[in-house]
Amino acid sequence: MILEGRGLTIGYSDRVVGRNLDVALAKGEVLALLGPNGGGKTTLLKTLLGLLAPKAGEVRLGDRPLASFASRDRARLIAYVPQSHSATFAFTVEAIVLMGRTAHGNLFSRPTAADRAVATRALERFGIAHLGERPYTMISGGERQLALLARALAQEPQFIVLDEPTASLDFGNQGRVMNEICALAESGLGVLFTTHDPNHALRAADRAFLLRDGRMVAEGNIGAVLNREQLQSLYDAPVERIVDTAAGKSAFLPG
Amino acid sequence: MTRSAAPGLLIALAVLVAGLLLAFTVGRYPVGLADVFELIVAKLTGRAPNLPAALENVIWQVRGPRVVAAALVGAALAVAGTAFQGLFRNPLVSPDILGASSGAALGAVIGIFFSLGVFAIQALAFAGGLVAVVAVYLIGSAVRARDPVLVLVLTGVVIGSLLGAGVGLVKYLADPYNQLPAMTFWLLGSLAATGVADLVPLFGPVALGTAVLVALRWRMNVMSLPDEEARALGVPTGVLRIAIVAAATLVTSASVATAGIIGWVGLVVPHIARTLVGPDFARLIPAAALLGGGFLLVIDTLARTMAPIEIPLGILTALVGTPFFIWLLASVSRTWS
Repeated sequence: MILEGRGLTIGYSDRVVGRNLDVALAKGEVLALLGPNGGGKTTLLKTLLGLLAPKAGEVRLGDRPLASFASRDRARLIAYVPQSHSATFAFTVEAIVLMGRTAHGNLFSRPTAADRAVATRALERFGIAHLGERPYTMISGGERQLALLARALAQEPQFIVLDEPTASLDFGNQGRVMNEICALAESGLGVLFTTHDPNHALRAADRAFLLRDGRMVAEGNIGAVLNREQLQSLYDAPVERIVDTAAGKSAFLPG
Repeated sequence: MTRSAAPGLLIALAVLVAGLLLAFTVGRYPVGLADVFELIVAKLTGRAPNLPAALENVIWQVRGPRVVAAALVGAALAVAGTAFQGLFRNPLVSPDILGASSGAALGAVIGIFFSLGVFAIQALAFAGGLVAVVAVYLIGSAVRARDPVLVLVLTGVVIGSLLGAGVGLVKYLADPYNQLPAMTFWLLGSLAATGVADLVPLFGPVALGTAVLVALRWRMNVMSLPDEEARALGVPTGVLRIAIVAAATLVTSASVATAGIIGWVGLVVPHIARTLVGPDFARLIPAAALLGGGFLLVIDTLARTMAPIEIPLGILTALVGTPFFIWLLASVSRTWS
Protein backbone atom coordinates (compact mmCIF):
# COMPACT_ATOMS: atom_id res chain seq x y z
CA MET A 1 0.00 0.00 0.00
CA ILE A 2 1.25 3.45 -0.93
CA LEU A 3 0.19 6.90 0.30
CA GLU A 4 0.81 9.31 -2.52
CA GLY A 5 -0.04 12.76 -3.76
CA ARG A 6 -0.04 13.41 -7.50
CA GLY A 7 0.19 16.86 -9.06
CA LEU A 8 -0.90 18.50 -5.83
CA THR A 9 -1.73 22.16 -5.53
CA ILE A 10 -2.05 22.78 -1.82
CA GLY A 11 -3.32 25.68 0.25
CA TYR A 12 -6.24 27.25 2.05
CA SER A 13 -9.42 28.83 0.77
CA ASP A 14 -7.78 32.24 0.37
CA ARG A 15 -4.32 31.32 -0.87
CA VAL A 16 -2.22 28.73 -2.64
CA VAL A 17 0.79 27.49 -0.68
CA GLY A 18 2.38 25.00 -3.09
CA ARG A 19 2.06 23.69 -6.65
CA ASN A 20 2.97 20.63 -8.74
CA LEU A 21 3.92 18.45 -5.82
CA ASP A 22 4.36 14.71 -6.27
CA VAL A 23 5.11 12.74 -3.15
CA ALA A 24 4.88 9.04 -2.32
CA LEU A 25 5.34 7.07 0.88
CA ALA A 26 5.57 3.28 0.89
CA LYS A 27 5.14 1.02 3.89
CA GLY A 28 8.33 0.27 5.78
CA GLU A 29 10.11 3.44 4.71
CA VAL A 30 10.82 6.76 6.40
CA LEU A 31 10.44 9.99 4.42
CA ALA A 32 11.71 13.27 5.85
CA LEU A 33 10.15 16.55 4.73
CA LEU A 34 12.63 19.44 4.95
CA GLY A 35 12.50 23.10 4.12
CA PRO A 36 12.52 26.63 5.46
CA ASN A 37 9.70 28.11 7.52
CA GLY A 38 6.64 29.05 5.49
CA GLY A 39 7.64 26.73 2.66
CA GLY A 40 4.50 24.61 2.90
CA LYS A 41 5.65 21.60 4.97
CA THR A 42 2.71 21.59 7.39
CA THR A 43 0.20 22.32 4.60
CA LEU A 44 1.52 19.39 2.57
CA LEU A 45 1.37 17.20 5.69
CA LYS A 46 -2.27 18.10 6.34
CA THR A 47 -3.16 17.49 2.71
CA LEU A 48 -1.59 14.03 2.79
CA LEU A 49 -3.46 13.33 6.05
CA GLY A 50 -6.75 14.17 4.37
CA LEU A 51 -7.38 17.04 6.80
CA LEU A 52 -7.09 19.60 4.03
CA ALA A 53 -8.47 19.04 0.54
CA PRO A 54 -5.96 19.62 -2.28
CA LYS A 55 -6.85 22.55 -4.57
CA ALA A 56 -5.77 20.44 -7.53
CA GLY A 57 -4.40 16.95 -8.00
CA GLU A 58 -5.25 13.96 -5.86
CA VAL A 59 -4.08 12.14 -2.76
CA ARG A 60 -4.43 8.38 -3.08
CA LEU A 61 -4.21 5.70 -0.44
CA GLY A 62 -3.66 2.29 -1.99
CA ASP A 63 -5.90 2.10 -5.05
CA ARG A 64 -8.49 4.64 -3.85
CA PRO A 65 -8.64 8.43 -3.58
CA LEU A 66 -8.06 9.41 0.07
CA ALA A 67 -11.11 11.68 -0.09
CA SER A 68 -13.34 8.64 -0.66
CA PHE A 69 -12.48 7.19 2.77
CA ALA A 70 -14.84 7.81 5.69
CA SER A 71 -12.95 9.57 8.49
CA ARG A 72 -13.11 6.43 10.61
CA ASP A 73 -11.67 4.18 7.87
CA ARG A 74 -8.96 6.71 7.11
CA ALA A 75 -7.99 6.89 10.79
CA ARG A 76 -7.46 3.12 10.83
CA LEU A 77 -4.83 3.52 8.11
CA ILE A 78 -3.13 6.88 8.77
CA ALA A 79 -2.23 8.26 12.20
CA TYR A 80 -1.22 11.85 12.89
CA VAL A 81 1.24 12.92 15.55
CA PRO A 82 0.88 16.69 16.03
CA GLN A 83 3.51 18.83 17.69
CA SER A 84 3.29 18.14 21.40
CA HIS A 85 0.91 20.55 23.03
CA SER A 86 -0.92 20.99 26.23
CA ALA A 87 -4.55 19.98 26.64
CA THR A 88 -7.48 22.00 27.96
CA PHE A 89 -8.67 19.29 30.28
CA ALA A 90 -6.61 17.05 32.52
CA PHE A 91 -7.18 13.68 30.85
CA THR A 92 -4.86 10.95 32.05
CA VAL A 93 -2.06 9.85 29.73
CA GLU A 94 -3.85 6.51 29.38
CA ALA A 95 -7.05 8.29 28.28
CA ILE A 96 -5.10 10.28 25.68
CA VAL A 97 -3.58 7.06 24.30
CA LEU A 98 -7.00 5.35 24.39
CA MET A 99 -8.32 8.12 22.14
CA GLY A 100 -6.19 6.46 19.45
CA ARG A 101 -8.67 3.56 19.63
CA THR A 102 -11.61 5.79 18.70
CA ALA A 103 -11.69 4.72 15.05
CA HIS A 104 -11.90 1.07 16.10
CA GLY A 105 -15.25 1.59 17.84
CA ASN A 106 -18.60 2.89 16.62
CA LEU A 107 -20.13 6.31 17.17
CA PHE A 108 -21.55 5.55 20.61
CA SER A 109 -19.03 3.07 21.99
CA ARG A 110 -16.45 3.46 24.68
CA PRO A 111 -13.03 1.77 24.64
CA THR A 112 -13.25 -1.92 25.51
CA ALA A 113 -10.90 -4.07 27.58
CA ALA A 114 -9.21 -5.08 24.32
CA ASP A 115 -8.67 -1.38 23.48
CA ARG A 116 -7.15 -0.89 26.92
CA ALA A 117 -4.74 -3.75 26.30
CA VAL A 118 -3.64 -2.16 23.00
CA ALA A 119 -3.16 1.20 24.75
CA THR A 120 -1.14 -0.41 27.54
CA ARG A 121 1.12 -2.16 25.01
CA ALA A 122 1.67 1.16 23.21
CA LEU A 123 2.56 2.87 26.51
CA GLU A 124 4.99 0.06 27.34
CA ARG A 125 6.56 0.17 23.90
CA PHE A 126 7.59 3.79 24.51
CA GLY A 127 8.57 3.18 28.11
CA ILE A 128 5.92 5.44 29.63
CA ALA A 129 3.58 2.86 31.17
CA HIS A 130 4.34 4.38 34.59
CA LEU A 131 2.78 7.67 33.41
CA GLY A 132 -0.57 6.07 32.54
CA GLU A 133 -2.45 7.49 35.52
CA ARG A 134 -0.79 10.93 35.45
CA PRO A 135 -2.72 13.89 34.00
CA TYR A 136 -1.49 14.67 30.49
CA THR A 137 -1.31 18.33 31.52
CA MET A 138 1.26 17.56 34.24
CA ILE A 139 3.95 15.69 32.26
CA SER A 140 6.94 17.14 30.40
CA GLY A 141 7.03 18.07 26.71
CA GLY A 142 9.14 15.01 25.89
CA GLU A 143 6.75 12.73 27.72
CA ARG A 144 3.82 14.30 25.88
CA GLN A 145 5.49 13.64 22.54
CA LEU A 146 5.98 10.00 23.52
CA ALA A 147 2.34 9.81 24.67
CA LEU A 148 1.20 11.16 21.28
CA LEU A 149 3.45 8.57 19.56
CA ALA A 150 1.86 5.88 21.72
CA ARG A 151 -1.58 7.17 20.74
CA ALA A 152 -0.66 6.94 17.04
CA LEU A 153 0.60 3.39 17.56
CA ALA A 154 -2.61 2.46 19.43
CA GLN A 155 -4.46 3.53 16.29
CA GLU A 156 -2.81 0.48 14.61
CA PRO A 157 -2.32 2.35 11.33
CA GLN A 158 -0.30 1.54 8.21
CA PHE A 159 1.18 5.04 8.02
CA ILE A 160 2.24 7.56 10.68
CA VAL A 161 2.64 11.24 9.85
CA LEU A 162 4.52 13.41 12.36
CA ASP A 163 4.71 17.21 12.43
CA GLU A 164 8.11 18.27 13.77
CA PRO A 165 8.29 15.44 16.29
CA THR A 166 11.51 16.78 17.80
CA ALA A 167 10.67 20.48 17.91
CA SER A 168 10.10 20.90 21.63
CA LEU A 169 12.34 18.13 22.91
CA ASP A 170 15.67 18.16 24.71
CA PHE A 171 18.71 16.60 23.06
CA GLY A 172 18.26 13.16 24.64
CA ASN A 173 14.60 12.91 23.79
CA GLN A 174 15.29 13.99 20.19
CA GLY A 175 17.51 10.93 19.76
CA ARG A 176 14.94 8.75 21.44
CA VAL A 177 12.16 9.86 19.12
CA MET A 178 14.42 9.37 16.06
CA ASN A 179 15.14 5.81 17.19
CA GLU A 180 11.45 5.14 17.70
CA ILE A 181 10.73 6.41 14.17
CA CYS A 182 13.28 3.93 12.79
CA ALA A 183 11.75 1.14 14.87
CA LEU A 184 8.25 1.95 13.59
CA ALA A 185 9.45 1.66 9.99
CA GLU A 186 11.22 -1.61 10.77
CA SER A 187 7.93 -2.98 12.07
CA GLY A 188 6.42 -2.25 8.65
CA LEU A 189 4.85 1.18 8.98
CA GLY A 190 5.33 3.99 6.50
CA VAL A 191 6.57 7.09 8.36
CA LEU A 192 6.56 10.70 7.17
CA PHE A 193 7.96 13.45 9.34
CA THR A 194 8.84 17.11 9.01
CA THR A 195 11.95 18.50 10.65
CA HIS A 196 14.10 21.61 10.77
CA ASP A 197 17.24 19.57 11.38
CA PRO A 198 18.83 17.77 8.40
CA ASN A 199 20.74 15.62 10.88
CA HIS A 200 17.48 14.11 12.08
CA ALA A 201 16.73 13.18 8.49
CA LEU A 202 20.21 11.64 8.22
CA ARG A 203 19.60 9.67 11.42
CA ALA A 204 16.15 8.30 10.70
CA ALA A 205 15.01 8.74 7.10
CA ASP A 206 15.47 6.62 3.98
CA ARG A 207 14.41 9.41 1.67
CA ALA A 208 14.08 13.17 1.86
CA PHE A 209 11.72 15.63 0.19
CA LEU A 210 13.00 19.22 0.06
CA LEU A 211 10.32 21.90 -0.14
CA ARG A 212 10.93 25.61 -0.63
CA ASP A 213 8.35 28.31 -1.40
CA GLY A 214 5.78 25.62 -2.17
CA ARG A 215 7.91 23.91 -4.80
CA MET A 216 9.84 20.67 -4.67
CA VAL A 217 13.57 21.38 -4.74
CA ALA A 218 14.78 17.81 -4.62
CA GLU A 219 13.54 14.38 -3.70
CA GLY A 220 15.31 11.05 -3.37
CA ASN A 221 17.54 8.88 -1.22
CA ILE A 222 19.02 10.64 1.77
CA GLY A 223 22.60 10.16 0.57
CA ALA A 224 21.84 11.63 -2.83
CA VAL A 225 19.71 14.57 -1.71
CA LEU A 226 21.25 15.77 1.54
CA ASN A 227 24.52 17.41 0.57
CA ARG A 228 26.06 20.76 1.39
CA GLU A 229 25.14 22.52 -1.86
CA GLN A 230 21.56 21.34 -1.75
CA LEU A 231 21.07 22.46 1.86
CA GLN A 232 22.75 25.83 1.25
CA SER A 233 20.35 26.60 -1.57
CA LEU A 234 17.37 25.16 0.33
CA TYR A 235 17.86 27.38 3.36
CA ASP A 236 19.69 30.19 1.56
CA ALA A 237 22.39 30.06 4.24
CA PRO A 238 25.91 28.68 4.60
CA VAL A 239 26.18 25.06 5.77
CA GLU A 240 29.21 23.10 6.88
CA ARG A 241 29.59 19.33 6.58
CA ILE A 242 31.44 17.39 9.27
CA VAL A 243 32.66 13.91 8.33
CA ASP A 244 33.74 11.17 10.68
CA THR A 245 35.76 9.03 8.30
CA ALA A 246 36.33 6.27 10.87
CA ALA A 247 32.58 5.76 11.46
CA GLY A 248 31.69 6.63 7.87
CA LYS A 249 29.12 9.14 9.06
CA SER A 250 28.58 12.82 8.50
CA ALA A 251 26.60 15.69 9.94
CA PHE A 252 25.72 19.25 8.98
CA LEU A 253 26.32 22.44 10.93
CA PRO A 254 24.48 25.64 10.12
CA GLY A 255 26.41 28.89 9.71
CA MET B 1 -9.28 6.54 33.52
CA THR B 2 -9.11 3.51 35.73
CA ARG B 3 -9.20 5.58 38.92
CA SER B 4 -12.56 4.88 40.48
CA ALA B 5 -15.14 7.59 39.95
CA ALA B 6 -17.47 6.13 42.56
CA PRO B 7 -16.58 8.49 45.44
CA GLY B 8 -17.07 11.58 43.29
CA LEU B 9 -20.37 10.38 41.88
CA LEU B 10 -21.55 9.42 45.38
CA ILE B 11 -20.77 12.91 46.64
CA ALA B 12 -22.71 14.38 43.72
CA LEU B 13 -25.63 12.06 44.44
CA ALA B 14 -25.54 13.04 48.12
CA VAL B 15 -25.73 16.72 47.13
CA LEU B 16 -28.84 16.06 45.05
CA VAL B 17 -30.53 14.01 47.81
CA ALA B 18 -29.71 16.68 50.40
CA GLY B 19 -31.11 19.33 48.06
CA LEU B 20 -34.32 17.33 47.55
CA LEU B 21 -34.85 16.79 51.29
CA LEU B 22 -34.16 20.45 52.05
CA ALA B 23 -36.41 21.74 49.28
CA PHE B 24 -39.34 19.48 50.20
CA THR B 25 -39.30 20.19 53.92
CA VAL B 26 -38.30 23.85 54.21
CA GLY B 27 -40.87 26.51 53.40
CA ARG B 28 -43.65 28.70 54.63
CA TYR B 29 -45.88 25.65 55.09
CA PRO B 30 -43.90 23.14 57.20
CA VAL B 31 -43.76 19.64 55.71
CA GLY B 32 -42.22 16.64 57.46
CA LEU B 33 -40.16 14.04 55.60
CA ALA B 34 -42.60 11.37 56.78
CA ASP B 35 -45.45 13.30 55.12
CA VAL B 36 -43.60 13.37 51.80
CA PHE B 37 -42.89 9.64 51.92
CA GLU B 38 -46.44 8.88 53.00
CA LEU B 39 -47.82 10.80 50.04
CA ILE B 40 -45.41 9.25 47.52
CA VAL B 41 -46.13 5.72 48.77
CA ALA B 42 -49.87 6.43 48.72
CA LYS B 43 -49.75 7.81 45.17
CA LEU B 44 -47.67 4.85 44.00
CA THR B 45 -49.96 2.25 45.56
CA GLY B 46 -53.11 4.10 44.63
CA ARG B 47 -54.60 4.38 48.12
CA ALA B 48 -55.85 7.58 49.72
CA PRO B 49 -53.02 9.34 51.62
CA ASN B 50 -53.38 9.66 55.37
CA LEU B 51 -52.73 13.43 55.28
CA PRO B 52 -54.67 16.70 55.56
CA ALA B 53 -55.86 17.84 52.13
CA ALA B 54 -54.01 21.15 52.48
CA LEU B 55 -50.74 19.34 53.12
CA GLU B 56 -51.31 17.03 50.17
CA ASN B 57 -51.97 20.06 48.02
CA VAL B 58 -48.75 21.77 49.14
CA ILE B 59 -46.63 18.72 48.46
CA TRP B 60 -48.25 17.55 45.23
CA GLN B 61 -49.44 20.73 43.53
CA VAL B 62 -47.22 23.53 44.83
CA ARG B 63 -43.88 22.48 46.24
CA GLY B 64 -43.49 19.16 44.41
CA PRO B 65 -43.57 20.51 40.84
CA ARG B 66 -41.30 23.35 41.85
CA VAL B 67 -38.78 20.96 43.45
CA VAL B 68 -38.79 18.66 40.42
CA ALA B 69 -38.45 21.65 38.07
CA ALA B 70 -35.55 23.08 40.09
CA ALA B 71 -33.71 19.75 39.98
CA LEU B 72 -34.34 19.39 36.23
CA VAL B 73 -33.38 22.97 35.35
CA GLY B 74 -30.23 22.83 37.48
CA ALA B 75 -29.24 19.49 35.94
CA ALA B 76 -30.02 20.75 32.42
CA LEU B 77 -27.95 23.92 32.73
CA ALA B 78 -25.02 22.01 34.24
CA VAL B 79 -25.10 19.33 31.53
CA ALA B 80 -25.33 21.94 28.75
CA GLY B 81 -22.45 23.90 30.30
CA THR B 82 -20.36 20.73 30.49
CA ALA B 83 -21.03 19.95 26.83
CA PHE B 84 -20.25 23.48 25.62
CA GLN B 85 -17.07 23.74 27.71
CA GLY B 86 -15.81 20.51 26.18
CA LEU B 87 -16.86 21.40 22.66
CA PHE B 88 -15.26 24.85 22.78
CA ARG B 89 -12.25 23.56 24.73
CA ASN B 90 -12.70 26.45 27.08
CA PRO B 91 -13.60 26.21 30.75
CA LEU B 92 -15.01 29.75 30.81
CA VAL B 93 -17.87 28.92 28.46
CA SER B 94 -21.46 28.79 29.70
CA PRO B 95 -24.62 27.36 28.07
CA ASP B 96 -25.65 30.75 26.64
CA ILE B 97 -22.39 31.08 24.65
CA LEU B 98 -24.21 30.59 21.34
CA GLY B 99 -27.08 32.92 22.16
CA ALA B 100 -29.59 30.39 23.53
CA SER B 101 -30.42 32.54 26.57
CA SER B 102 -30.55 35.86 24.74
CA GLY B 103 -32.73 34.32 22.02
CA ALA B 104 -35.05 32.87 24.65
CA ALA B 105 -35.10 36.22 26.47
CA LEU B 106 -36.18 38.07 23.33
CA GLY B 107 -38.87 35.46 22.64
CA ALA B 108 -40.21 35.75 26.19
CA VAL B 109 -40.30 39.55 26.37
CA ILE B 110 -42.06 39.67 22.98
CA GLY B 111 -44.62 37.21 24.35
CA ILE B 112 -45.12 39.37 27.45
CA PHE B 113 -45.29 42.52 25.31
CA PHE B 114 -48.18 41.08 23.31
CA SER B 115 -49.84 39.89 26.54
CA LEU B 116 -49.79 36.25 25.47
CA GLY B 117 -50.59 33.36 27.79
CA VAL B 118 -47.99 31.62 29.96
CA PHE B 119 -47.53 28.69 27.60
CA ALA B 120 -47.28 30.89 24.53
CA ILE B 121 -44.55 32.88 26.31
CA GLN B 122 -42.69 29.68 27.16
CA ALA B 123 -43.04 28.39 23.60
CA LEU B 124 -41.72 31.70 22.24
CA ALA B 125 -38.77 31.56 24.65
CA PHE B 126 -38.00 27.99 23.61
CA ALA B 127 -38.24 28.83 19.92
CA GLY B 128 -36.22 32.02 20.41
CA GLY B 129 -33.36 30.06 21.94
CA LEU B 130 -33.33 27.50 19.12
CA VAL B 131 -33.59 30.12 16.36
CA ALA B 132 -30.77 32.17 17.87
CA VAL B 133 -28.41 29.20 18.00
CA VAL B 134 -29.31 28.04 14.48
CA ALA B 135 -28.67 31.58 13.20
CA VAL B 136 -25.32 31.74 15.02
CA TYR B 137 -24.38 28.36 13.61
CA LEU B 138 -25.31 29.22 10.03
CA ILE B 139 -23.49 32.56 10.12
CA GLY B 140 -20.49 31.02 11.85
CA SER B 141 -20.26 28.25 9.25
CA ALA B 142 -20.66 30.66 6.35
CA VAL B 143 -17.53 32.48 7.47
CA ARG B 144 -14.71 30.34 6.09
CA ALA B 145 -11.96 30.32 8.66
CA ARG B 146 -9.09 28.21 9.89
CA ASP B 147 -10.59 27.98 13.39
CA PRO B 148 -14.33 27.23 13.06
CA VAL B 149 -14.79 27.02 16.84
CA LEU B 150 -13.44 30.51 17.49
CA VAL B 151 -15.61 31.98 14.73
CA LEU B 152 -18.65 30.27 16.24
CA VAL B 153 -17.97 31.71 19.70
CA LEU B 154 -17.41 35.22 18.34
CA THR B 155 -20.57 35.00 16.24
CA GLY B 156 -22.43 33.91 19.38
CA VAL B 157 -21.16 36.94 21.28
CA VAL B 158 -22.14 39.34 18.49
CA ILE B 159 -25.60 37.87 17.88
CA GLY B 160 -26.13 37.68 21.65
CA SER B 161 -25.55 41.40 22.03
CA LEU B 162 -27.84 42.14 19.07
CA LEU B 163 -30.58 40.08 20.72
CA GLY B 164 -29.83 41.93 23.97
CA ALA B 165 -30.51 45.18 22.14
CA GLY B 166 -33.80 43.70 20.96
CA VAL B 167 -34.72 42.84 24.56
CA GLY B 168 -33.82 46.40 25.57
CA LEU B 169 -36.03 47.83 22.83
CA VAL B 170 -39.05 45.72 23.84
CA LYS B 171 -38.56 46.67 27.50
CA TYR B 172 -38.32 50.35 26.50
CA LEU B 173 -41.61 50.10 24.57
CA ALA B 174 -43.37 47.99 27.22
CA ASP B 175 -46.08 49.22 29.58
CA PRO B 176 -44.03 50.17 32.65
CA TYR B 177 -46.75 49.20 35.15
CA ASN B 178 -47.89 45.78 33.94
CA GLN B 179 -45.45 44.40 31.41
CA LEU B 180 -42.08 45.72 32.53
CA PRO B 181 -42.15 44.09 36.00
CA ALA B 182 -43.15 40.76 34.41
CA MET B 183 -40.30 41.03 31.92
CA THR B 184 -37.78 41.94 34.60
CA PHE B 185 -38.96 39.07 36.79
CA TRP B 186 -38.67 36.61 33.91
CA LEU B 187 -35.23 37.88 32.88
CA LEU B 188 -33.92 37.35 36.41
CA GLY B 189 -35.16 33.77 36.62
CA SER B 190 -37.83 32.23 38.82
CA LEU B 191 -39.64 28.98 39.47
CA ALA B 192 -42.39 30.62 41.56
CA ALA B 193 -45.12 29.98 38.99
CA THR B 194 -44.09 26.41 38.09
CA GLY B 195 -46.93 23.88 38.13
CA VAL B 196 -47.43 20.24 37.23
CA ALA B 197 -48.28 21.18 33.63
CA ASP B 198 -44.80 22.72 33.19
CA LEU B 199 -42.98 19.49 33.90
CA VAL B 200 -43.63 17.59 30.67
CA PRO B 201 -42.41 20.32 28.27
CA LEU B 202 -39.36 20.65 30.53
CA PHE B 203 -38.59 16.97 31.04
CA GLY B 204 -38.98 15.86 27.40
CA PRO B 205 -36.33 18.06 25.78
CA VAL B 206 -33.97 17.80 28.78
CA ALA B 207 -34.11 14.00 28.73
CA LEU B 208 -33.69 13.83 24.95
CA GLY B 209 -30.75 16.25 24.82
CA THR B 210 -29.01 14.62 27.78
CA ALA B 211 -29.46 11.15 26.25
CA VAL B 212 -27.73 12.31 23.04
CA LEU B 213 -24.83 13.78 25.03
CA VAL B 214 -24.47 10.63 27.14
CA ALA B 215 -24.47 8.48 23.99
CA LEU B 216 -21.66 10.58 22.48
CA ARG B 217 -19.60 10.70 25.70
CA TRP B 218 -16.42 9.12 24.34
CA ARG B 219 -16.53 11.11 21.08
CA MET B 220 -16.93 14.25 23.22
CA ASN B 221 -13.67 13.37 25.02
CA VAL B 222 -11.89 13.17 21.66
CA MET B 223 -13.52 16.40 20.47
CA SER B 224 -11.97 18.31 23.35
CA LEU B 225 -8.71 17.90 21.38
CA PRO B 226 -7.86 20.39 18.60
CA ASP B 227 -10.21 19.92 15.63
CA GLU B 228 -7.62 18.49 13.20
CA GLU B 229 -6.41 16.00 15.76
CA ALA B 230 -9.92 14.78 16.48
CA ARG B 231 -10.53 14.35 12.74
CA ALA B 232 -7.26 12.45 12.32
CA LEU B 233 -8.46 10.13 15.10
CA GLY B 234 -11.48 9.30 12.95
CA VAL B 235 -14.12 11.56 14.47
CA PRO B 236 -16.40 13.37 11.97
CA THR B 237 -16.18 16.61 13.94
CA GLY B 238 -18.45 18.71 11.71
CA VAL B 239 -21.47 16.44 12.08
CA LEU B 240 -20.86 15.74 15.76
CA ARG B 241 -20.46 19.42 16.57
CA ILE B 242 -23.94 20.03 15.16
CA ALA B 243 -25.35 17.10 17.17
CA ILE B 244 -23.75 18.29 20.42
CA VAL B 245 -24.78 21.93 19.90
CA ALA B 246 -28.33 20.81 19.05
CA ALA B 247 -28.58 18.58 22.13
CA ALA B 248 -27.13 21.18 24.50
CA THR B 249 -29.30 23.94 23.00
CA LEU B 250 -32.45 21.83 23.37
CA VAL B 251 -31.63 21.27 27.03
CA THR B 252 -30.81 24.95 27.63
CA SER B 253 -33.84 26.31 25.79
CA ALA B 254 -36.25 24.05 27.67
CA SER B 255 -34.89 25.13 31.03
CA VAL B 256 -34.76 28.83 30.11
CA ALA B 257 -38.36 28.65 28.84
CA THR B 258 -39.47 27.22 32.19
CA ALA B 259 -37.37 29.21 34.64
CA GLY B 260 -36.15 32.31 32.82
CA ILE B 261 -32.51 33.34 32.73
CA ILE B 262 -30.44 31.72 35.47
CA GLY B 263 -26.74 32.36 35.04
CA TRP B 264 -23.71 30.79 36.68
CA VAL B 265 -25.05 27.24 37.15
CA GLY B 266 -23.83 26.14 33.72
CA LEU B 267 -20.46 27.80 34.28
CA VAL B 268 -19.64 26.84 37.87
CA VAL B 269 -21.14 23.37 38.29
CA PRO B 270 -19.13 21.70 35.47
CA HIS B 271 -15.96 22.83 37.25
CA ILE B 272 -16.99 21.28 40.55
CA ALA B 273 -17.98 18.11 38.72
CA ARG B 274 -14.61 18.01 36.96
CA THR B 275 -12.70 18.30 40.23
CA LEU B 276 -14.84 15.48 41.66
CA VAL B 277 -14.69 12.92 38.83
CA GLY B 278 -12.13 14.17 36.28
CA PRO B 279 -12.63 15.27 32.66
CA ASP B 280 -14.04 12.03 31.18
CA PHE B 281 -17.54 12.89 29.93
CA ALA B 282 -18.83 9.41 30.77
CA ARG B 283 -18.71 10.43 34.44
CA LEU B 284 -18.69 14.17 34.05
CA ILE B 285 -22.19 14.38 32.54
CA PRO B 286 -23.93 12.41 35.33
CA ALA B 287 -21.88 14.15 38.02
CA ALA B 288 -22.73 17.59 36.60
CA ALA B 289 -26.43 16.68 36.35
CA LEU B 290 -26.60 15.52 39.97
CA LEU B 291 -24.64 18.50 41.31
CA GLY B 292 -26.53 21.02 39.17
CA GLY B 293 -29.86 19.67 40.36
CA GLY B 294 -28.78 19.78 44.01
CA PHE B 295 -27.27 23.25 43.63
CA LEU B 296 -30.38 24.81 42.11
CA LEU B 297 -32.61 23.10 44.71
CA VAL B 298 -30.65 24.82 47.47
CA ILE B 299 -30.73 28.15 45.60
CA ASP B 300 -34.47 27.89 44.94
CA THR B 301 -35.17 27.00 48.57
CA LEU B 302 -33.23 30.09 49.63
CA ALA B 303 -35.09 32.15 47.03
CA ARG B 304 -38.50 31.35 48.46
CA THR B 305 -37.63 31.33 52.18
CA MET B 306 -34.92 33.93 52.79
CA ALA B 307 -37.08 37.02 52.56
CA PRO B 308 -40.77 37.96 52.71
CA ILE B 309 -40.74 38.27 48.92
CA GLU B 310 -39.28 35.82 46.39
CA ILE B 311 -35.71 36.62 45.45
CA PRO B 312 -34.96 36.10 41.73
CA LEU B 313 -32.85 32.98 41.14
CA GLY B 314 -30.44 34.72 38.79
CA ILE B 315 -29.48 37.14 41.53
CA LEU B 316 -28.83 34.39 44.07
CA THR B 317 -26.80 32.26 41.65
CA ALA B 318 -24.69 35.32 40.86
CA LEU B 319 -24.18 36.05 44.56
CA VAL B 320 -23.09 32.47 45.23
CA GLY B 321 -21.41 31.93 41.88
CA THR B 322 -19.07 34.91 41.75
CA PRO B 323 -17.10 34.33 44.97
CA PHE B 324 -17.13 30.61 44.35
CA PHE B 325 -15.74 31.04 40.87
CA ILE B 326 -12.97 33.34 42.08
CA TRP B 327 -12.04 30.77 44.71
CA LEU B 328 -12.12 28.09 42.03
CA LEU B 329 -9.82 30.08 39.77
CA ALA B 330 -7.33 30.50 42.58
CA SER B 331 -7.37 26.95 43.92
CA VAL B 332 -8.08 24.39 41.22
CA SER B 333 -7.23 26.12 37.94
CA ARG B 334 -4.41 23.61 37.51
CA THR B 335 -6.92 20.93 36.54
CA TRP B 336 -7.45 22.64 33.23
CA SER B 337 -4.33 24.75 32.81
